[in-house]
Amino acid sequence: MTSIEYASGELAELLKKADVDYMEARLEESQSSHITYRGQELESIGRTTAVGGNVRALVKGGWGFFSFNSFEELADKVDRAIKQARLVGSQKSRLAPVNATVDSVPWEGARNPVTIPLAEKKQLLDEYNEIIGRTAGIQTSTIGYTDSHKKTVFLSSAGSFIEQERADVALRLAAIAARDGEVQQVGLSLGSLGDFNAIQHLHGQVAEMARRSVVLLSAPQVAGGEYTVVLDPVLAGVFVHEAFGHLSESDFVYENAQLRNIMTLGKQFGGAHLNIVDSAAMPRLRGSYRYDDEGVPATKTYLIREGKLVGRLHSRETAARMKEPPTGNARAVSYRHPPIVRMSNTYIEPGDVSFEDMIADIKEGIYAKNWYGGTTSMEMFTFSAGEAYMIRNGKIAETLRPVVLTGNVFTTLQNIDAIGNDLEMNQGGGCGKGAQSPLPVANGSPHIRIRHCLIGGK
Amino acid sequence: MENILAHAQKVAEDAEVFVVTAEETEVHFEANRLKQLQSRQQTSVALRIIKGGRLGYATTTSLDRVNEIVDDAVETARFGMTARFRLPAPSSYPEVAIVDTSVASVPTETMIGLGEEMIGPVTTHTPGIICEADISKGTISVRILNSRGGQAGYQKSFFSLGIEGNLTQDTDMLFVGEMESSCHPVTDTRPVTDAVLQQLELAKHRASVPGKSLPVVFTPNGVASAILAPLMAAFNGRTVLQGASPIGDKLGRPVFDTKLSLWDDPTVAYRPGSRPCDDEGTPSQRTPLVERGTVAHFLYDLQTAALAGTSSTGNGSRGHGGLPAPAPTAFTIAPGSTTFAEMIQDMKEGLVIEQLMGASQSNVLGGEFSGNVLLGFKVENGTIVGRVKDTMVSGNIYQMMKQIAGLSREVKWVGGFLQTPYLYFPGVAVASKT
Repeated sequence: MTSIEYASGELAELLKKADVDYMEARLEESQSSHITYRGQELESIGRTTAVGGNVRALVKGGWGFFSFNSFEELADKVDRAIKQARLVGSQKSRLAPVNATVDSVPWEGARNPVTIPLAEKKQLLDEYNEIIGRTAGIQTSTIGYTDSHKKTVFLSSAGSFIEQERADVALRLAAIAARDGEVQQVGLSLGSLGDFNAIQHLHGQVAEMARRSVVLLSAPQVAGGEYTVVLDPVLAGVFVHEAFGHLSESDFVYENAQLRNIMTLGKQFGGAHLNIVDSAAMPRLRGSYRYDDEGVPATKTYLIREGKLVGRLHSRETAARMKEPPTGNARAVSYRHPPIVRMSNTYIEPGDVSFEDMIADIKEGIYAKNWYGGTTSMEMFTFSAGEAYMIRNGKIAETLRPVVLTGNVFTTLQNIDAIGNDLEMNQGGGCGKGAQSPLPVANGSPHIRIRHCLIGGK
Repeated sequence: MENILAHAQKVAEDAEVFVVTAEETEVHFEANRLKQLQSRQQTSVALRIIKGGRLGYATTTSLDRVNEIVDDAVETARFGMTARFRLPAPSSYPEVAIVDTSVASVPTETMIGLGEEMIGPVTTHTPGIICEADISKGTISVRILNSRGGQAGYQKSFFSLGIEGNLTQDTDMLFVGEMESSCHPVTDTRPVTDAVLQQLELAKHRASVPGKSLPVVFTPNGVASAILAPLMAAFNGRTVLQGASPIGDKLGRPVFDTKLSLWDDPTVAYRPGSRPCDDEGTPSQRTPLVERGTVAHFLYDLQTAALAGTSSTGNGSRGHGGLPAPAPTAFTIAPGSTTFAEMIQDMKEGLVIEQLMGASQSNVLGGEFSGNVLLGFKVENGTIVGRVKDTMVSGNIYQMMKQIAGLSREVKWVGGFLQTPYLYFPGVAVASKT
């Protein structure tokens, strides 16, 4: 028996006896490895093992949370969480009901990525790094690879006992070109739910990435202002995550009367062609899981259907307070944090417009591709493209320096006037919220066209 | 710890054990109400070995896992970087005051009271505003032991409080916020609430700016959100070594306006970023980076310094659980001779930037930033007239910092890692929604 199995047995007894409205515990055991390069030299290679857990108590609407690495004196830890919850609680506890569940969800992959020999991982990364290094005009490169395998035990005072395993692989490469004091970079991010194959055979893409970073040194910067913008599936996926996904997280909405009013179900947010979904129930993506970190089964949730707001993402508490069904979206990056409302796999459903038709009638616009970053303040969002081109008279024209796009979610969703037929899911991103980052998620979309999008520039 | 070191020494030429234990309590208010109390007890153990001349590395969460951590480190050492440095021998360390024992005895009830003290004035000033507040305190203990007899360690206390408010009116959302941190208990909430109230006052009216080059003042928070990331990348010795820093070959040369002086200083008393030694046991020091516009130095850890033929500046940090890498502890920009008020008075038409959202998603290495004005104000004829929205501000810090119109006499700590005056630039690119 491993240490978390021992501890979970002891905790199950303690939770049963706890004098609280509700209590849960989460124990984790994980292994991971990482390899990073800077330039041609391997910078860091390491292995990590971690064991830890937490207990969370709910008393009169107030939460107490205690996390730890040591499994000694578990009764004291349970007590401490209960005392904290009592100090906080002053209302009525409300949680959406879920069935007590006893289940075990083993990891389904063929090969645990952490146990793949380091020599094999290093060999692959060496190949990629060599491709970047021998590209003319390249100054240097950075590569970051991480993998992990995690076993989690979730137990609750209601009698749930859920064991789950998951694995994760993430790779980010960047080629950096420099000339005359100018520096430009192009990156590539990939990930998978523990499938190492997902980051193999990228030699062609890596070469193309390196070549593009050199091209950027002589590319012009776009003039700032409003443009018609076409986003590729990767960037449109980041857009839907930042611009709308975060706004669908109910923890920001449920106590805010004004916002609840804006986010009334049934309200029109976009054209009838717009459908937005979050689904942890999709198989084998980085944001996929069977149960969330409150033991709620994963669901497919329509957020927008035919342009209308029809749903949002919930924890058990936000669901109860908004009198809506729980969606299984309470997630924590690790045992050090309580679960909060998060996305899983978020995407725009495909429409029927071809890419050629989408750009055909654009006189002057921007084609923005590839992910560099994104953030949101709920109303306003910004996200940056790794690649950008002018569109002139219906044709892709000159390469531009990377662009940053910004907008107001409420008007921008209305300004989407074409949705492509080529949905792709991207798994290269990690999501940050509060102190919890990076959480594995997937985003996706077909090509989309947005009118009147604000672009930063000279 | 000694046990892990002893085991590692049997299989490697050199070894170093680094252990951090931390205990933290956080009081969290959500939607103007007390919501959650959270405590953490955390241990992390890192072993670095030099075997066959190469670096091996492993981490775990328990000192009891002796065999596992040594085996893991040995496995990685087959592939690790060639170690170019020697672990520090016994050394003397500067006295850096970073412990206030009274932090540990601040009762949770007092922390809850501080949260109420912050939320009260803000919700009274602006009915309808929804606030989150966090009050946290804790202690960190660091110990380093190595096979050359080097040993270092320290304890640190920290305390922080902060508030963020969101006012939603129709589909317009206003975000305001401020925080303060120290190694002492922070018991006076007024500086934080005063700053938030001022933001709310200034945001009462709306204003719009034309899309063109405008004079811009970055407040200390604005400097942190837009300008800090490119600076941190540029002065990182490892970026310099890679040839990816635009100023890497400019040591001793004037690159910035002569009004600009910048240094990193981990020895300032009672600052949360301060420490007597870095995460490799190198003594802390104040490192000048820019002296009156001239590039003075870069930040190094042991390995990077050895590769670059220089000495560690005591900036080896284990940020993300990996091997030590150069990182600043507390960037400090020297104050200037003007004031924030004088900067405003000087502007016919311009902008004040308090928060630029998404600014560091650009080509940070190249010195570029581009972001949406999350909180910023329009200035007309020497007066702040209102809050701007739907506005993007973009620039390149190397072009901008060649000509700084002014630095303020007032300086402020932001988030414990930056001390800066207000910075005033004569022309920055502004794009806005028409």
